[in-house]
Amino acid sequence: MRYFTPPRPSLRFVPVWRRNFLVWRKLAIPSMLGNLADPMLYMLGLGFGLGALLPDVAGVPYLTFLAAGTVAYSTMNSATFETLYSGFSRMHVQKTWDAILNTPLTLDDVLLGEWVWAASKALLSGLAILAIIWVLDLEASFWLSLWIIPVVILTGLCFAGMGLVMNAVSPNYDFFLYYFTLVITPMVLLCGVFYPVSQLPAALQMVSRFLPLSHAIDLVRPLVLGRLPEDILLHVLVLIAYGSVGFWLGLGLTRRRLLR
Amino acid sequence: MSVLKASGLIKRYGGVEVVAGVSLAVARGECFGLLGPNGAGKTTTLRLLLGLVEPDDGQIELLGEPVPRRARHARQRVGVVPQVDNLDPDFTVEENLLVYGRYFGLRDGEIRARIPGLLAFAGLAHRAEARIPTLSGGMKRRLTLARALVNDPELIFLDEPTTGLDPQARHLLWQGLRRLTSQGKTLILTTHFMEEAERLCDRLAIMDQGRIIAEGNPRALIAEHIEPFVVEIYGEEAGRWADAFGALLCRRVEKAGESVFCYTDDGEALLNNLRTQPALKVTHRPANLEDVFLKLTGRELRD
Repeated sequence: MRYFTPPRPSLRFVPVWRRNFLVWRKLAIPSMLGNLADPMLYMLGLGFGLGALLPDVAGVPYLTFLAAGTVAYSTMNSATFETLYSGFSRMHVQKTWDAILNTPLTLDDVLLGEWVWAASKALLSGLAILAIIWVLDLEASFWLSLWIIPVVILTGLCFAGMGLVMNAVSPNYDFFLYYFTLVITPMVLLCGVFYPVSQLPAALQMVSRFLPLSHAIDLVRPLVLGRLPEDILLHVLVLIAYGSVGFWLGLGLTRRRLLR
Repeated sequence: MSVLKASGLIKRYGGVEVVAGVSLAVARGECFGLLGPNGAGKTTTLRLLLGLVEPDDGQIELLGEPVPRRARHARQRVGVVPQVDNLDPDFTVEENLLVYGRYFGLRDGEIRARIPGLLAFAGLAHRAEARIPTLSGGMKRRLTLARALVNDPELIFLDEPTTGLDPQARHLLWQGLRRLTSQGKTLILTTHFMEEAERLCDRLAIMDQGRIIAEGNPRALIAEHIEPFVVEIYGEEAGRWADAFGALLCRRVEKAGESVFCYTDDGEALLNNLRTQPALKVTHRPANLEDVFLKLTGRELRD
């Protein structure tokens, strides 16, 4: 149980973030294509293509409805990929974390750096979709839509924290497919990215309420549509809970994996 | 004066004592070797000393800091060359040093000022911009050593620093390590190359099954455990010869397959006898550390 003592954060995490940032800067173009262009293309393709066939959804054109969901979805994807595949490369394949642990940094610093880094990349992905929203003038109020930025930060931290748990227990890259098939894909389909949750059977709506992505979308969508979200505190607390429990558990499991 | 003191270290995994009561002390400026067969507990001992693993029992003081409690402060003044290569493959040689220096809280300007000296030390001045996958194994090891020096450490841990290197690369790395000891740095290295230990180390400890089973200066260890002369005898007839003459002419005889190792104080009578045995191949050499190692840890495979 001693592996699961509370995290001991310190500012030493900054060089870990900077290391990842330097790699990202060197590989920025392919990385941006994967993280930014992919969800953007889906949003525009489905939004215009499918949207032309559909009546207004939740009182707005389908593209607007979908754009709000895509902000959260893209943020989630980016945080998840970073902590799973990239994090696993650094931890297990390249042994970058082992190298860092021989310096004054502790594993707590490394994981904090990775957590904040994944959330930073996720922020970029969310902002890219938000920028499209602004360019296409989909938002009802620009000033209200600025509140989407803190929501994206919180959403990134939430899914990065969850991703660190999977990273800590994974024996190889293939393992992550379970997480995508059993957690991420159902979440995308149940949480109102592509259609309102109210279209689902009651039992699935119930499940949706427990999933963090629906809380992120419940915050983002009203902000795009020009309204203040309802139950703000609840949504924020759920995202914080998933993210911080995820980080703590991920840290504990990683300590057990590497510090023995 | 000790830069490292450990006493009564114990580490168990699943009920097995991987480190079973290790005590050691290393003086400033010394090169200390930790020898042992695979699985003897060398790497676990290093991880304990660095504060990466908590011991189940025992005390450690590294550069005056209690470990693991203040391990991070101790590691601030320590360099580590790990057994497995973990340079950053996405970075150039220079960037590897820069990024690593930041982990010690050094400012970029300070690190950049140190880089030319580190590259010169590693013989990589002409490869500053090279990416890691383009380097040879020896270059990577030298860069890993240079990286361990980025914080100007007082003490450097090296875990099997020359494993997998060709003789040229190994000798070059040894030169680097000697230069460090001549600058007054303390080195602690694990190895299973006896030649490496004999050349570099002022003092060494032989570990087996989690315990230190012998400790001292390499020459003294050889003198203490092994007769001055060793005669190796090979050939189909070697076994029969050993049965007939071994007890008579050698102080101690060991058989390993078709080889016979005969340890003696005076080789004269022995060699006279062997001259009459043309079927046998004979090598006559002084005792070395490998003889000590094999005597103490046995000839059985350890994997």
